[in-house]
Amino acid sequence: MNLNATLFAQLVVFFILAWFTMKFVWPPIMKALDERAAKIADGLAAADKAKSDLQLAERRATDELRKARETSNELRAGAERQGAQILEEARAEAARIVAAARTAAEGEAEVAAQRAREALRDQVAALAVAGAEKILRKEIDAARHADLLTQLKAEL
Amino acid sequence: MATEHAPTASEYIVHHLTFLTNHKQEGLVDWSVFHLDSLFFSVGLGLLAVFVMARIAARATSGVPGRLQAAIEIIVEMVSDQAKGIVHSPESRQFVAPLALTVFVWIFLMNAMDLLPVDLLPMIAGAMGIHYLRVVPSADLNATLGMSSAVLLLCLYYSVKIKGFGHWIHELFTAPFGAHPLLWPINFAMQLIEFVAKTVSHGMRLFGNMYAGELIFMLIALMGAAWAGTFGSGLLWLGGVIAGTIWAIFHILIITLQAFIFMMLTLVYIGQAHESH
Repeated sequence: MNLNATLFAQLVVFFILAWFTMKFVWPPIMKALDERAAKIADGLAAADKAKSDLQLAERRATDELRKARETSNELRAGAERQGAQILEEARAEAARIVAAARTAAEGEAEVAAQRAREALRDQVAALAVAGAEKILRKEIDAARHADLLTQLKAEL
Repeated sequence: MATEHAPTASEYIVHHLTFLTNHKQEGLVDWSVFHLDSLFFSVGLGLLAVFVMARIAARATSGVPGRLQAAIEIIVEMVSDQAKGIVHSPESRQFVAPLALTVFVWIFLMNAMDLLPVDLLPMIAGAMGIHYLRVVPSADLNATLGMSSAVLLLCLYYSVKIKGFGHWIHELFTAPFGAHPLLWPINFAMQLIEFVAKTVSHGMRLFGNMYAGELIFMLIALMGAAWAGTFGSGLLWLGGVIAGTIWAIFHILIITLQAFIFMMLTLVYIGQAHESH
């Protein structure tokens, strides 16, 4: 419990150590701590930003998907409509062609029948005239009774 | 200890409480004497503390820290927070905060010397021809008063620096009771008592705790040394083991707490020097 010069030596050592710490220990550690704090703050901010970016991207993706689905639906509806229309047109065209063909065939048949009928009529008239000639031989003059014959031919 | 027989208990303790000095102390105060053991251990531990910390600091990374760096950072941050709360001038903190860190780590290491077996280093020194050795510098009143005096000098320095010399002198005579001329001597006496009381109690508190702790370790060592082959001495030896264990575990708390208290009081006293009455 004696007081002596150790006291002053300790006092001086105290200041030297404190100075050394101030010069070489404190600043680098504080710098590292501050830098780390800044890094952590940056990291947290980046994480927040990434999260919001992700949400935005998800929302955009959903939008795009919905839009694509709508477009494809539209396209399919359009295609179906167009297909139906083409089918309808083709059907109408076919019906028209069939009808035309039938009309032409009927016309031709009519003409042929008419012609056959004319020929038949001529032949019947000639036959009738020949028959009558044979019967009446002398009494009937073909030239004189031409009117009568023509009338008869029209009635057949 | 020139005697041949084993030392008695009181001889053992007196021997362990004797410093290694450059020459014998004459009287209570002798400014020509140095405690070589205290100086050796306090300077050695102080250098160890600051060089380890400086090494870590030089390699400090702001990325993922190693374990040692993280440990130092925990202490630095604790000290930094305390300094911010107590000393409000950022300019002063540039010196005061590292000072507090030094105080805490250094005193912790000096106190921790108490946890070494009391006879270990003295026996090694004895084998090398050094017959007196005290290994706990903070159980030396000179060391603790030296540090508290350094704090006192800092308090005076910051008082003058912050308040200005004139204002500080004015405050010495007018605080705490008032500016009436009759009160000047009383105020001044109170201020002097305050400074002395702060400094002495600051140093004595650490010294008292460490000295008492060291003494108890010696008494426990005496219990262990009682081993003589008899049943009674065996029990005493066992008691020494148990008491030594308990006291050492309890002492871990004390050395940390005393280092922390010394650091906090250093900050508080320097913080007070910044405040006007």
